Amino acid sequence: MLLEVHNLNVYYGAIHALQGISFHVEEGEIVTLIGANGAGKSTTLRTISGLLRTRTGYIRYKGRDITNTPAQEIVKMGISHVPEGRKIFAPLTVRENLLMGAYTRNDPNEIQRTMERVFASFPRLKERINQLGGTLSGGEQQMLAMGRGLMSRPTLLLLDEPSMGLSPILVEEIFRIIQEINQQGTSILLVEQNAHMALSIAHRAYVLETGRIVLSGTAKEVAENPMVKAAYLGV
Amino acid sequence: MQTAQAPSTPVIYQQRQPLIWVGRGFFILLGLVVAYILGTNLIKNPTLFAQIFISGLQLGFVYAMIALGYTMVYGIVKLINFAHGDVFMVGAFASYYAVAKYRLHQWPASAFPGINPTLSVLIGSITVILLSMLVCVILAITIERVAYKPLRDAPRISALITAIGVSFFLEFYGALNFVFSPRFIPYERPFEVVAWYIKNGIHLVMPGQQAPENSVTFSNIFLIIIGVSVLIQLFLQYLVRRTKIGIAMRACSYDRQAARLMGIDVDRVISFTFAVGAAFAGAGGVLYAIAYSLIWTQLGILPGLKAFVAAVLGGIGSIPGALVGALIMGQAEAMTMGYISTPMRDAVAFTILIIVLLLRPTGIFGEPEKEKA
Repeated sequence: MLLEVHNLNVYYGAIHALQGISFHVEEGEIVTLIGANGAGKSTTLRTISGLLRTRTGYIRYKGRDITNTPAQEIVKMGISHVPEGRKIFAPLTVRENLLMGAYTRNDPNEIQRTMERVFASFPRLKERINQLGGTLSGGEQQMLAMGRGLMSRPTLLLLDEPSMGLSPILVEEIFRIIQEINQQGTSILLVEQNAHMALSIAHRAYVLETGRIVLSGTAKEVAENPMVKAAYLGV
Repeated sequence: MQTAQAPSTPVIYQQRQPLIWVGRGFFILLGLVVAYILGTNLIKNPTLFAQIFISGLQLGFVYAMIALGYTMVYGIVKLINFAHGDVFMVGAFASYYAVAKYRLHQWPASAFPGINPTLSVLIGSITVILLSMLVCVILAITIERVAYKPLRDAPRISALITAIGVSFFLEFYGALNFVFSPRFIPYERPFEVVAWYIKNGIHLVMPGQQAPENSVTFSNIFLIIIGVSVLIQLFLQYLVRRTKIGIAMRACSYDRQAARLMGIDVDRVISFTFAVGAAFAGAGGVLYAIAYSLIWTQLGILPGLKAFVAAVLGGIGSIPGALVGALIMGQAEAMTMGYISTPMRDAVAFTILIIVLLLRPTGIFGEPEKEKA
């Protein structure tokens, strides 16, 4: 098991945001967490990547307990989090944004090689290499955010709402690239409101509702569940 | 998630619109008066003007060294570090002890007796400056750890008040007899002041003699201050554009949480920022003490506040803004001293602050606070 999350309880002040979440990600998988706004999807990712603390339970990565480890350590271990809303560094150039993604790595040649690989996945970023991040279009910013996330050469990539605010064509492209990244050996934990797209590329899925996992299974099973169909797929 | 409500202009301001023009007219008039005074004086006596300009330049470059620390720290933690002026003061005192007590500026001469005296003074003085910078760095990192870091997530006002507290602490703790003492202390320079005057070419001012009438004089300290200040600017540009930690500083200043997701140790970057700012202030403190040759524990207050005004004038958070703001502040102060009266200098400095806050609160290079969705 690559990532094992057991019984997370996370609070924002008095608000009980995650109420005993447990799931796991196997090596090479795309696992998706779907659910409505406020279900706790982003909170789950933020807890894994060390931005939030859990009161109970544990997170294990490659068998090691990484519960409540500082964010920078998590990145070093090989988990990279591409946050919701992209959060690229607007006043930094594309190149500088990518270099920040490789902050935990030291060998400039290796970093250069990874950057070339990122450009192979996102050729558009190469064209804009010296442009400021803030001047990119929404789709390009999403590509930059993902490229930046890949610069640490993660084993596990956490993607939070990569389709947000993008046109249907761009969403298709982004999801195609996510599949590519996965085929190159990176496991992916994908959080999406666009359940249809997420379920179409994922191996397994979990459905979150108000801080609890209410359903889980293979992507196909989940997609065929009548409740999911009614609530998330609009069928 | 916050939803920003579009602020509609309150009715009361809409009714008062003509008054804004009265205000603008006043500032335009003020600008014209200043331009008139400077212009007529420039024509009447260009040498005096040039002399004042040189002293303004010297002051401006000292302010620039302090203003950088304010602007960098503000850029990254959104804190006006009011203790920064006092770190500058500690820099001056560190060099005083190094020179007057420990004769550190003479170490090359005593270690290598045959050394060229100029080279000895040069190496000795650089040692003194570097040591003072180091003292300031250690002090600033300690302050940051002890006073600011525990307040990282507290409301901004708490950290601001703490900064003022740290500032008072340094001033009054320093004034204790067994620390720096409350007295004015004549500062012993690590090297001699040499002055030149410009009149049909550049001539050395002989020791014990005055420069002739109607000439412009400048000293080696003037040249050193400009040199060091420019060097610091270039170094900082290199740091934030080309080095990993510098780019990380900019990343943290834009979005600290995203920076953490990159694996950036934000606390270390913040400490580093404080350290760099303090090193510059330390160098500034030494040069200021050498130039004005009298030190006491409240020496940092006014230069600190004026450098703060300079940072605001240039646009707080902007590195080139700090330099431009500082040079304007230096000139404003020198011109006031030269053409109006010396005690007016502080009043003019803070009037500039008020005018900036009224007309363009974001400063020359500042951009209006971006709205985050």
